[in-house]
Amino acid sequence: MTALVATMRHARYVVSENPVTGLSFGLFLLIVLAALFGPFLVPHDPLASNTTMALQPPSAQFWFGTDQLGRDIFSRVVVATRLDFGIAVASVVLVFCMGGLAGVAAGFFGGWTDRIVGRIADTIMAFPLFVLAMGIVAALGNTVQNIVIATAIVNFPLYARVARAEANVRREAGFVEAARLSGNGEWRILVFQILPNVIPILVVQMSLTMGYAILNAAGLSFIGLGVRPPTPEWGIMVAEGAAFIVSGEWWIAFFPGLALMIAVFCFNLLGDGLRDIVDPRRRT
Amino acid sequence: MKRRDVLKSMTALAAGSMFPAPAIWSEAKAQARNETLLLVSESGPNNLDIHGVGTNRPGYEVAWNCYDRLISHGTKTLENGVASYDRDKYTPELAEDWTVTDTAATFKLRKDATFHDGAPVTAKDVKWSFDRAVTVGGFPTFQMKAGSLEKPEQFVVVDDHTFRVDFIRKDKLTIPDIAVIVPSIFNSELMKKHATEKDPWAMDYAKANTAGGGAYKVAKWTPGTEVIYERNETWKGGPLPKIKRIVWRMVPSAGNRRALIERGDADISFDLPNKDFVELNQAGKVAVVSSPIGNGIQYIGMNVTKPPFDKLEVRQAVAYAIPYQKIMDAVMFGLAKPMFGAPQGAALSTAWPQPHGYVTDLAKAKALLAKAGLPNGFETTLSFDLGFAAVNEPLCVLVQESLAQIGIKATINKVPGSSWRAEMTKKEMPLISNFFSGWLDYPEYFFFWCYHGQNSLFNTMSYQNKEMDALIDAARKAAAEGDTAAYDKDVKGFVGKAFADVPRVPLFQPYLNAAMQKNVSGYRYWFHRQLDYRTLSKA
Amino acid sequence: MPTLILKRLVMTIPSLIGVVIVTFLLTRALPGDPAAYFAGPAASTEAIEQIRKSLGLDQPLPVQFVDYVQALVRGDLGTSLTTGQPVAAEIAARLPASAELTLLGLLVSMAIAVPLGILAATRPGSMIDHACRIVTTAGVSLPVFFTGLILVYVFYYLLGWAPAPLGRLGIFDSPPPTITGFYLIDSLLAGDGTTFMASLKQLALPALTLGIFALAPIARMTRASMLAVLSSDFVRTARACGLASYTVVVTYAFRNAMLPVITTLGMVFSFLLGANVLVEKVFAWPGIGSFAVEALIASDFAPVQGFVLTMAVLYVALNLAIDLLYGLIDPRARMDA
Repeated sequence: MTALVATMRHARYVVSENPVTGLSFGLFLLIVLAALFGPFLVPHDPLASNTTMALQPPSAQFWFGTDQLGRDIFSRVVVATRLDFGIAVASVVLVFCMGGLAGVAAGFFGGWTDRIVGRIADTIMAFPLFVLAMGIVAALGNTVQNIVIATAIVNFPLYARVARAEANVRREAGFVEAARLSGNGEWRILVFQILPNVIPILVVQMSLTMGYAILNAAGLSFIGLGVRPPTPEWGIMVAEGAAFIVSGEWWIAFFPGLALMIAVFCFNLLGDGLRDIVDPRRRT
Repeated sequence: MKRRDVLKSMTALAAGSMFPAPAIWSEAKAQARNETLLLVSESGPNNLDIHGVGTNRPGYEVAWNCYDRLISHGTKTLENGVASYDRDKYTPELAEDWTVTDTAATFKLRKDATFHDGAPVTAKDVKWSFDRAVTVGGFPTFQMKAGSLEKPEQFVVVDDHTFRVDFIRKDKLTIPDIAVIVPSIFNSELMKKHATEKDPWAMDYAKANTAGGGAYKVAKWTPGTEVIYERNETWKGGPLPKIKRIVWRMVPSAGNRRALIERGDADISFDLPNKDFVELNQAGKVAVVSSPIGNGIQYIGMNVTKPPFDKLEVRQAVAYAIPYQKIMDAVMFGLAKPMFGAPQGAALSTAWPQPHGYVTDLAKAKALLAKAGLPNGFETTLSFDLGFAAVNEPLCVLVQESLAQIGIKATINKVPGSSWRAEMTKKEMPLISNFFSGWLDYPEYFFFWCYHGQNSLFNTMSYQNKEMDALIDAARKAAAEGDTAAYDKDVKGFVGKAFADVPRVPLFQPYLNAAMQKNVSGYRYWFHRQLDYRTLSKA
Repeated sequence: MPTLILKRLVMTIPSLIGVVIVTFLLTRALPGDPAAYFAGPAASTEAIEQIRKSLGLDQPLPVQFVDYVQALVRGDLGTSLTTGQPVAAEIAARLPASAELTLLGLLVSMAIAVPLGILAATRPGSMIDHACRIVTTAGVSLPVFFTGLILVYVFYYLLGWAPAPLGRLGIFDSPPPTITGFYLIDSLLAGDGTTFMASLKQLALPALTLGIFALAPIARMTRASMLAVLSSDFVRTARACGLASYTVVVTYAFRNAMLPVITTLGMVFSFLLGANVLVEKVFAWPGIGSFAVEALIASDFAPVQGFVLTMAVLYVALNLAIDLLYGLIDPRARMDA
């Protein structure tokens, strides 16, 4: 409990010391709110086409303008938040479970477990990450689930390595020895003693990879492997809108691009901020 | 302070590489620029051999310009003022004269024609090339068959400069088929040098080398990047082309292709989005040439073996639920010929494509669905080829939205270009948006592939109907025999049947568009939808 | 030292085997049917079967795998179906284009990110620190294809400062005689200033696009490492001895702080190679990235396998080089295996 209070106090200190982290916390809250309540608040149906109002520039009626089929871009950008945030969260949770656990087990047990996890991580690392994600989505089919799975797989080594290093340091630590002496099994120690200590550093990693997940989905959309139409998603909106930049309809790509940038920006800064909170070296 | 200087110089360095000075053209470069044409397109050839395995559409362009055929087509001017090939007029290319009887066609070859390596073109080369086309299998063999050109025994060398094709049956499409790209004439001696036991037709050599005698030769080919052509200075198949050197670069981004043409860096660009063609045309800085694609229709196909599309009422309901005008406006930006809304009671004509009588009428569509016993609609999948997403994606979104209003819930399925053909072969997709066009611009040719009960790959609806088959077969026979009255009756018959049974709903006939600089002239529309460099010139 | 290299090489073998297996399975799982694709628009079912047989695709998977590995051992990466060319030759021809672009992107990135990182570290918590963080993070927050398209729009279409995005050279320039395959180096070796400038101009925008994307990791690492070094004893001693602030930062701290930055470069390079795939598509760059994307879309196995394998070997080699470099710079590192 006191540890929690101390962390909170430290967090407040970090935020007050670093206004950028404060800003990112604010943005994060905004994104969560948009993901939760966005679909109820938007002025237009994000899927309804209206070809008589196609390609309208931003106006009082259409704040962010309309696209080729006359759909309201503002509504689409807001509604897309849930899907993009969902993709980001789902993929980091998945990789957290896979990579985090595998890494902790590797670091804690060592031996064969370590070798196997290490080889898997090395193999994945040897691929150019985006190309591997592309291959996975192309092979499994372009659905949201597969984009999430692909993003999780390419981030596996990152999590596994961080978790392994953290667990490895702690496997002979005093509190672990104490738990062992009081008769706890190895798995029990792993789950109740080691894992809680590794989680904070992985949370930092999660925040950083959430941004990557969204960028990854956008890149896949650009080469035609994104989500199915007509579902609004930032990456596919940017990719499709990009063809309209030269002809002057800048708003089609600009606003989804801005939303995407803000989200990734926010996740990255948040990661930095969380690192400051978690990293004991900065606690003074 | 010094650190700042380092920083300053670093940013200055970065800025220097960011903003290069505008290019200054030297005298020599300006000269070269006038005799060089820069084409940009999304993708380039994958094989320079028209008989090759899986040669793609850009590959046709190379074959068309680097090889000669026996005969070619004349020129006519379309209604909209665009110069086009003339389907009904044949002109000499390698053959200077020919005679056609009921049983054979005899071609007299030009005596002065040579291949790129200087070897004279003889009837032996022609026979070797025709034999190759009907023997290697796949697309070329199929295309030859469409004109009843099937066996090597049909092709006879009479003497060095006389070549005869014996008919195995009377077919109106035989002569047109000799003027398409497939029966290009190869340098048989050169090819034989590169043939091996495993590869008797030198397929490997012709993949990356042009062994012909056409107006251009490929000087350099970097797959996926560029093709550079040089003019063949000794070409005899027609007047010497004006352009000396052609550089064809692949630019995958559509926005960049438009930027290149608008800024005057590229001379000609095909395959821009329709919207860009409309806007470039309005802006007037570059010339935009549009001509309807002959025998080509974009359609919504329903697989009649997949319930509930086996029910006529369901198919009619879909035909009444399609937002035709919206598609014309928002997807095609008006740049297509509508194939819907023929006036009530309008007589069918023998022209193809021609509009059908369906319009957007959701009330009628709902009533038809109810009549079919599906008042609450149903769920299905609407598939399209991702390779043609620019048109198909917005089109399918509009169709999906409109179908939802009569209770049909369609999920959009984007099929990657590589799997599209395989999916089509399986005939499992219930509902698709697709485009088909035939090289040979005759209605019975289109119907033979798209509606006939032989159930070819392009009969994507698996539509099989005895009456339809009888009408199509009768029309082919009447055409061969020159019986115009019977032909007209049969064509009107199968067109009417296709509209009544409506297994596929024609949406529009698209245009083939090309944007070019104003100083480029001599563009001609061809049935193969690729560029003919030989008539182009640059002022 | 040689035993160390050998040991490191042996360690990479299992992951290379893993890459070969994963790539093989992945490419076979691709949905496209190459036989149907290459049979062309008008093929019959029999024609497709005929082509499937000629491509060896009618064999069971293990047989195909054995064939593939046997060919690989002979150094044969197969033939691309889409371009009809041997994959090894294609990759050899295209690799320099990608490598030149990626390396220049990395240089551009370092030229901006390292000074920013140092600046931020000398004044931690200041407005400059925050500004650096915001700028570099913003760079990594945009999809790289979008940054590229915007740069083309502004610097080519609107301003006309950059040359047309048509690949490595304009259509009236001819490439320098091939020595390294890097146009910048080859043109300098040939003493051809015009070609050097022409290819530098073509490289500017794509390299900048990549550079912007890599700012954040490099700047972050530089800052962290500088912070650690600046608070260390020897820097304090140097300051106490009355050395000028500039001398301390640049001569002593900077050199030591660069070590961890160099280690991260390997990771950043791999990151950029992935991003390169999209940048090449935007700038019509004739590299191996665009080649691989096209092949993947066409379910053309051989180039995808060849590409991934090349990348993996490159990555392993690069990391080995970095390890060795690290050992050269920092004698302490030589002790650890």
